[in-house]
Amino acid sequence: MTTLTLEHEHENERAHRDDLLVARSAPAPIPMSRIVAVELRKSFDTRSGFWLLASVGILATLATAATILFAPDSEITYMTFGTAIGVPMAIILPVIAILSVTSEWSQRTGLTSFTLVPHRARVVNAKLAVAVGVGVVSMLLALGIGALGNLLGAAIVGVDPVWDVAAADLVGLLLFQIVNMLIGFMLGVLFRNSAGAIVGYFVYSFVLGTLTEVLSATQDWFERIQPWIDFNYTQGSLTEMSAMTAENWAQLGVTGLVWLVLPLAVGLRAVLRSEVK
Amino acid sequence: MITVDSLTKTYGGFTAVDDVSFTARSGRVTGFLGPNGAGKSTTMRIMVGLTPATSGTAHVSGRRFADLPNPGLEVGVLLDASAQHAGRTGREILTIAQRTMGLPARRVEEMLEMVSLTADEAGRRVSNYSLGMRQRLGIATALLGDPEVLILDEPANGLDPAGIRWMRDLLRGYADQGGTVLLSSHLLHEIEVIADDLVVIGQGRIVAQGTKTELLAAAGTLVRTPDLPTLARALVDADVEFTRTSDALRVEADPDLVGRLALAAGVPLTELRAGDGAGLEEMFLELTADTQRDDISEGAAA
Repeated sequence: MTTLTLEHEHENERAHRDDLLVARSAPAPIPMSRIVAVELRKSFDTRSGFWLLASVGILATLATAATILFAPDSEITYMTFGTAIGVPMAIILPVIAILSVTSEWSQRTGLTSFTLVPHRARVVNAKLAVAVGVGVVSMLLALGIGALGNLLGAAIVGVDPVWDVAAADLVGLLLFQIVNMLIGFMLGVLFRNSAGAIVGYFVYSFVLGTLTEVLSATQDWFERIQPWIDFNYTQGSLTEMSAMTAENWAQLGVTGLVWLVLPLAVGLRAVLRSEVK
Repeated sequence: MITVDSLTKTYGGFTAVDDVSFTARSGRVTGFLGPNGAGKSTTMRIMVGLTPATSGTAHVSGRRFADLPNPGLEVGVLLDASAQHAGRTGREILTIAQRTMGLPARRVEEMLEMVSLTADEAGRRVSNYSLGMRQRLGIATALLGDPEVLILDEPANGLDPAGIRWMRDLLRGYADQGGTVLLSSHLLHEIEVIADDLVVIGQGRIVAQGTKTELLAAAGTLVRTPDLPTLARALVDADVEFTRTSDALRVEADPDLVGRLALAAGVPLTELRAGDGAGLEEMFLELTADTQRDDISEGAAA
């Protein structure tokens, strides 16, 4: 019968094929390091991704230059530079974290990403690792640019450079920005939509932050409970980490749990279960 | 091999995929055929774990997709050629897949050559690609890991006639080497020329499946004669069912029987053949008649 001969032929070809493929007849699982490396590449390899990362260096340089040009001589201290650099970083870094997550949905690349690595938790963990890594490196770079600016500014003004930021506060500054990135990441997994998550971040960090500031300035009752409910407020205390008390840390923990960890858990659950179309 | 067993997917009260079971065998091209919105894409997304099934299972090479250690090396998937980051170049998209699978970098160039994307085209961003170029890139991604199973959703979309021919030959060669190919389409003619087996789906339910030969045989016989009324009477007398088109009859019997009846009735025939070609199309429309959106009445019937 033709079917028999055909099947026989197939078997022969199959055997031949197996010979060729013998080295990877049982593929090894994809190591986590590879997924992280691929995710890192994915945050650089588009025009928007490249310029976002490049803007970390560019904006840190601009902020430093502006400080040298416009700050009064007495203000040429490392604290001034550190503060000036912190503002653009608080905008760019979370957006990098947001886009690393949301582009899988907004650009629909998730169709490929989540079939090549069918365990979405691994992909999302890799993204988180990359986001935190990019955040740390960016901040070190930015603080380095600020330090150079401080040296240069002091030389121009003709004073000794002032290093008025305690080591603990530098770490605090770094943590502050990492928390910002995590907020971006959280909004990314929660919204899974680039525009929505970016708008969400600005509302969360700037609109909400301003509102609570106004509220605490005008309402005594709010000012009393603010340290226990306002995450923007407790996160801000990280920038003066050397002065943080055990109570401050507890407040940061409580607000962080409610404003960051819980929504992150909800978002991750949705990422793992939702349909990728 | 792909085994789908009692797969069901409901969205609220709507059943998108309803108790679907079929097997796509190795060494064969299985065509997954159905009108738009019939549940083809949902079924395929469930197979590769992008959509959770409400109930039922799908196995690829005997395992759940999520249990494959490095799926790209075992299953080539192309669900939507437009689902690419518009800001990446074609080469970059392949490179990401190549790195994820842990393949040597030369595979990227090999695949670009295989799908006939030039170095210049590969260096362009996908936002500047035509649908046909995206389709080629998607096929390149699917074939990158030299998998044994291919799952392709509407791969011919956007390809020009030469491209369709190229893909047909590619998939044929792939199956002939022992690979399993499952491809979906809403275009009958496309699938008719390439598929060995057919699975026809309408409104989430499988309405027919089998080898193409079997399904074609079920399409009956086409017969033409200048004397239609006499032949029709002979067929009615013989209890053979038929439908009448403008100048021919489509008879639910094999050509041998129809020829004998015509001879006995003394009717001259101008054409007598198995109802393939257009036959499969009629079968398709018929099978999906109660399950499709547009109402195509069997205008010529009786």
